Amino acid sequence: MEPNKLLDLYTRILRIRRFEEQVGTLFAQGQLPGFVHLYIGEEAVGAGVCALLRDDDYIVSTHRGHGHVLAKGGDMQRMMAELFGKRTGYCKGKGGSMHIADFSIGMLGACGIVGGGIPVAVGAGLSAKTRGTDQVAVSFFGDGAANEGSFHESLNLASALALPVLFVCENNQYGEFTPAIHAMNIRDIALRAQGYGIPGVIVDGTDALAVYDVAQEAVARARRGAGPTLIEAKTHRRGGHAEGEEAFLGGQQYRLADELAAARRNDPLLKLHTFIVESGLIPLETLETLDHEITQAVTDAVAFARASEAPDEAILYEDTWV
Amino acid sequence: MPRKSYIAAIQAALAEELRQDPNVILIGEDVRLGVFAGTRGLHAEFGDSRIVDTPISELGVAGAGIGAAATGLRPVVDLMFGTFLYLAFDQIANQAAAMRYMFGGQTRLPIVFMTQNGGGIGAGPHHSQPVHPFFMNLPLIKVVMPSTPYDVKGLLKAAIRDDNPVVFLNHLSLGSQRGEVPDEAYTLPLGKAEIKRAGRDLTVVAAGLMVHHALKAAAELAESGIEAEVVDLRTLKPWDEETVLASVERTGRCICVDESYPVCGGASEWAACISEKAFYALKAPVQRISNAHVPIPFSPTLEKMVIPQPAAIVAAAHRVMATTQIERN
Repeated sequence: MEPNKLLDLYTRILRIRRFEEQVGTLFAQGQLPGFVHLYIGEEAVGAGVCALLRDDDYIVSTHRGHGHVLAKGGDMQRMMAELFGKRTGYCKGKGGSMHIADFSIGMLGACGIVGGGIPVAVGAGLSAKTRGTDQVAVSFFGDGAANEGSFHESLNLASALALPVLFVCENNQYGEFTPAIHAMNIRDIALRAQGYGIPGVIVDGTDALAVYDVAQEAVARARRGAGPTLIEAKTHRRGGHAEGEEAFLGGQQYRLADELAAARRNDPLLKLHTFIVESGLIPLETLETLDHEITQAVTDAVAFARASEAPDEAILYEDTWV
Repeated sequence: MPRKSYIAAIQAALAEELRQDPNVILIGEDVRLGVFAGTRGLHAEFGDSRIVDTPISELGVAGAGIGAAATGLRPVVDLMFGTFLYLAFDQIANQAAAMRYMFGGQTRLPIVFMTQNGGGIGAGPHHSQPVHPFFMNLPLIKVVMPSTPYDVKGLLKAAIRDDNPVVFLNHLSLGSQRGEVPDEAYTLPLGKAEIKRAGRDLTVVAAGLMVHHALKAAAELAESGIEAEVVDLRTLKPWDEETVLASVERTGRCICVDESYPVCGGASEWAACISEKAFYALKAPVQRISNAHVPIPFSPTLEKMVIPQPAAIVAAAHRVMATTQIERN
């Protein structure tokens, strides 16, 4: 990979990591209302796929969506303000963590319903095909969503109509608190692609370069009108399903011991960092400077969010009927 | 003026809108063939890319319509029977009814979910249950239920041009109903009721098939000297409170008839509003006539007992007129 592309990929991952670390801290301090689901540990998937997309390509995300917004080039300040429920947020404080969207860069929204975003991505693909563009649509979802009807309907529909869609399953191995291996009788969700007559590819979702390679082929296939691909990225949640979940669990443990160890071993940021350092493609100082800049940007985003005003009653009734 | 069937008026509206805007597409099961004829013949003119046959996959197709609407198209999603919208409910309720708002106005969703609502043809429980109250209850969704060929053409064209999600409910048993429909293009505003028959004694509020039952009842009542005014809401959300309240202010009596269940049904909503806002004009309690609260049975004999019939409206009219007499005496 060319150094500039490699740096771009690394930047996307680092932006997500530093943002999410800060969000975790803020949540633990009781500064954020509602639920927060962090993307730490899964950054290589969103970054690896989105590094291949144009601004006019579409993505649809999940409840664990901060990483996708950032990977697509979203603005940290407007995101952080949304998490604080402020009027300067992406959704004027009406969406929150699970509903951030940025239509200006093709980010068609995160989604609080597991599997709910998948058909919407199919529709974006249908739209691109109907309008005769070479845009592609990417649906990110988890292993839990792969058991929803919407997943199956969407794969079949996109396949039957040969739509330019990437179905990217982030198999972090837990649907909320239930291990995926208890929720389905197969190990590989990619197998399901066969039932819909589309390619199903398994990739190490903690390896950004591997994700990039696999997604490159799927994007090319979609752009040339050859139809959808299911990519199963095997990955790990660094943290829990939701921040502060200990409060719901009553001291019970649900993580499988060997999986937790694997999650610690397979950190996507460290992996890419190690690769870059060993390859010597990017000077270490560049990476360090980048980290300082991103950390500062996150700090600025928090300051922006804190300084922003809460939405008022006029905003409550805005954005209803056109 | 040429006479057309309700179904032919749907065809005409779709063809005109497909012709005038390349972003309009029609998607759904069997839309090429046009099983109930509303979409028949369109494929020959507009081809595969505009008339998109899909698998039987209501959730996926509804969601795909939403994604397409959010990215520049104006899809009409044909979901065949109202009850099939239950299969698509997540996409309509969690996405279509929320997206624009929850994303802070970043998108518009010009999408029409078109289906056939209601019963009356012995189609049994899974093809006859009216679904409109579910969608009336959702924010951001418009709900339209036309009663005549003229209305269906003008309202469907307006629904397709509307930048908001619209659940468009053709009535299952009105397809062959004929009426005057101009060949010229016209739209009818969403949210505007029409007084289908003027009358001084009482107001009947209705939509869809119930408008026809109300008109039959009004004709019968006229024979005994009672003049009923029939207000056809045409759009169930937003509904035309102004026209209804003005009518009730004139007549002082009101019967709300809706082909839906009594709990949180259309009749309940209108009656509540009228009682709240026109209370001092009322000479008798507002009456509600709704479906019997059971699944819609197959047997035509039983089905007729479930769906409000003209006789029930006539009986209710005599009741409100009598109440007034007692009070006067």
